[in-house]
Amino acid sequence: MTGFLLVGLFLIIVSALRDREKTLNGLKKGAAMFVNILPTFLAILILVAVVLYLFPPEAIREHLGREQGWRGLLIGSGIGSVALLPAFIAYPLASTLLMQGAGILTVGAFINTLMMVGVITLPVEFRYLGKKAAILRNLLSLVGSVTVALLMELAYEWIW
Amino acid sequence: MNGSGKKGIPEPARGFVIKRWLGYAPFFIFIAFVGVSHYLHWEPGVKIGLNFRQFFVEMLMILPLVFLLIGLIDVWVPREAIQKRVGAGSGMKGIFWVALLAMLQAGPLYAAFPVAYLLWEKGCSTRNIFIYLSCFSAMKFPMLTFEIGFMGLRFSLTRLIFTLPVFIGIGFLLDRLMGEDYALPDPGAGAGPVPAIDGG
Repeated sequence: MTGFLLVGLFLIIVSALRDREKTLNGLKKGAAMFVNILPTFLAILILVAVVLYLFPPEAIREHLGREQGWRGLLIGSGIGSVALLPAFIAYPLASTLLMQGAGILTVGAFINTLMMVGVITLPVEFRYLGKKAAILRNLLSLVGSVTVALLMELAYEWIW
Repeated sequence: MNGSGKKGIPEPARGFVIKRWLGYAPFFIFIAFVGVSHYLHWEPGVKIGLNFRQFFVEMLMILPLVFLLIGLIDVWVPREAIQKRVGAGSGMKGIFWVALLAMLQAGPLYAAFPVAYLLWEKGCSTRNIFIYLSCFSAMKFPMLTFEIGFMGLRFSLTRLIFTLPVFIGIGFLLDRLMGEDYALPDPGAGAGPVPAIDGG
């Protein structure tokens, strides 16, 4: 995170040294884009905060506890599609799930959908990709996530 | 159009300003809700407020800079440069470039949408836009280090081996489904009255 901030600031400074006016134009453009989309982002953060309260990591751990097979696939992908967790919460949680005895199928489906499918962030996606593309992307990503989870389960069972 | 209001703001622009502030209504209502929850010591409201703060801080650390950099890329990088590498007809090389770009980034998926829009504006093909988004969510480097640390190399590799072909396939499929005349909608800055921040 700090690295990203430093690199970003460095790039802005380099840009400004090379051409002040161009840099100012670019920054203005970026700022205008940000201000335009900010209300949508804020609304989504509110949703995320409410959902995280309703489904805290402990609850996810309980629900996915030792799930395996089709039930695990279903619940895992369901929770993963709706939840929005940063990596530093999601991976410790997923590793606990595996240790508790949840199957690769369950954890794979959860992790894949968590990354690829975003039901809560759909409003932002609508604005950038359009409704049809956003819905199709999420639906296909759900199918893809489940497919990958199934393949992972097979690989774990048969190959290594 | 003369549109001279008392403060000299043309009518359409004033309507735009009001509409913009209306967009913040959910936010202010939410802040009031959290405030009242604190006052009444209503546990759920307080907790939701704390959750919000956590994500809000995360967003503030990432998004403004992402957008500023997008603005800079927009003015520095010529359209031809991007179109040539990741535009229509860029083939496997194009996929490689968007995948690499996605891997070098960080942050939640919603931070990738504006970048996708910029790529689109600069001539990136529909297929590569979707492959970029998939690669961003599935294999950005900072996240992989986290994943390998917690889940082990075997889990990460197994996931990646299957994710990459499946989601490149989905990119091709989405490209087909959306058709040739698919265009990303303008998310704001370009359409309609110029926002106040540009006026100065």
